[in-house]
Amino acid sequence: MAKFVKTGKKTTKALNTSSLPDIVFMILFFFMAVTTMRETDVMVTVRIPDATEGKVLEKKSLASFIYIGEPLEALQALYGTEPKIQLNDTFKDIDDIQDFIAQEREQLNEADKTKMLVVLKIDRDTRMGVVTDVKQALRRASALKIMYANTNVDRIVLQ
Amino acid sequence: MADIAFLLLIFFLAATTMDSDTGLMRQLPAIPDPNVPQDINKINDRNILEVKVNKDNLLLVEGQLTEFSQLREIAHDFILNANDEPNMPEKEIINIPYFGDVPVTKAVISLQNDIGTKYGVYIAVQNELIAARAELRDELSRREFGMPYERLDEDRKSAIDDYIKVPISEAEPKRIGE
Repeated sequence: MAKFVKTGKKTTKALNTSSLPDIVFMILFFFMAVTTMRETDVMVTVRIPDATEGKVLEKKSLASFIYIGEPLEALQALYGTEPKIQLNDTFKDIDDIQDFIAQEREQLNEADKTKMLVVLKIDRDTRMGVVTDVKQALRRASALKIMYANTNVDRIVLQ
Repeated sequence: MADIAFLLLIFFLAATTMDSDTGLMRQLPAIPDPNVPQDINKINDRNILEVKVNKDNLLLVEGQLTEFSQLREIAHDFILNANDEPNMPEKEIINIPYFGDVPVTKAVISLQNDIGTKYGVYIAVQNELIAARAELRDELSRREFGMPYERLDEDRKSAIDDYIKVPISEAEPKRIGE
């Protein structure tokens, strides 16, 4: 009978995990600092256009978002493929924009009300008709500061 | 301890987004008050650069069919009017801090689109116009202050903005060629 002799130590030392919480907390704080809360689920396809001159939105708390584009594929059976306007979490009409702006403005404190900014996230293939209607509605709601969201690129290629 | 931290970490990963938004900042004109008489001082024709985009996304600059790639240069030359040509924008002597009495161009860019224009094209055109203006501001800044416009302080920036104002107006859309 052969003998099985254990030669040498096979067991490795357990990894010292006492610093693991520190590391994880570090990553946690990093994410807390650089990210912002996800506020709405976008229900339309928005491929925002390219531009070279875009400026970074600095105060996200002052911004309200309007999305315009075709409804997502899963929603197309219900809403069709025509571009839709999304305010917060629902599809709305042009006439609802005024109420939406009033409501968003109400949420800002007194000093920030004049600095309110409306960010338009619009699909690049949308026709200008609906965009202009939205712009006119914003003028009527006297939300005059707007930002056309875009992706910054080095060179624009028109297709 | 680590478990709790992981839990929080995963929560933040799921509930937050990292993307920062970039975009073109614009100021819409206020709705004119019907009770206030309108300013009937029409802007002189030579001061307006008329840019039109039709429903087929073709570009008309001052009545001429133009390639998109030329737009920036045309706008640049129009605002600058280096040789003081009579069909290009006039200049007016205005006192501006840091510069003194300088000839300030009265140029205005008017952008008109059709309701059938693609939004992507509209933004691209607007971007070119903003870029032409930004280029001129940057050139001026480098010449006068020896550094790019982006690195100037607020006072100097606003002085340059006054020097090269060039509002880009968005006229109400027309149904061109429908």
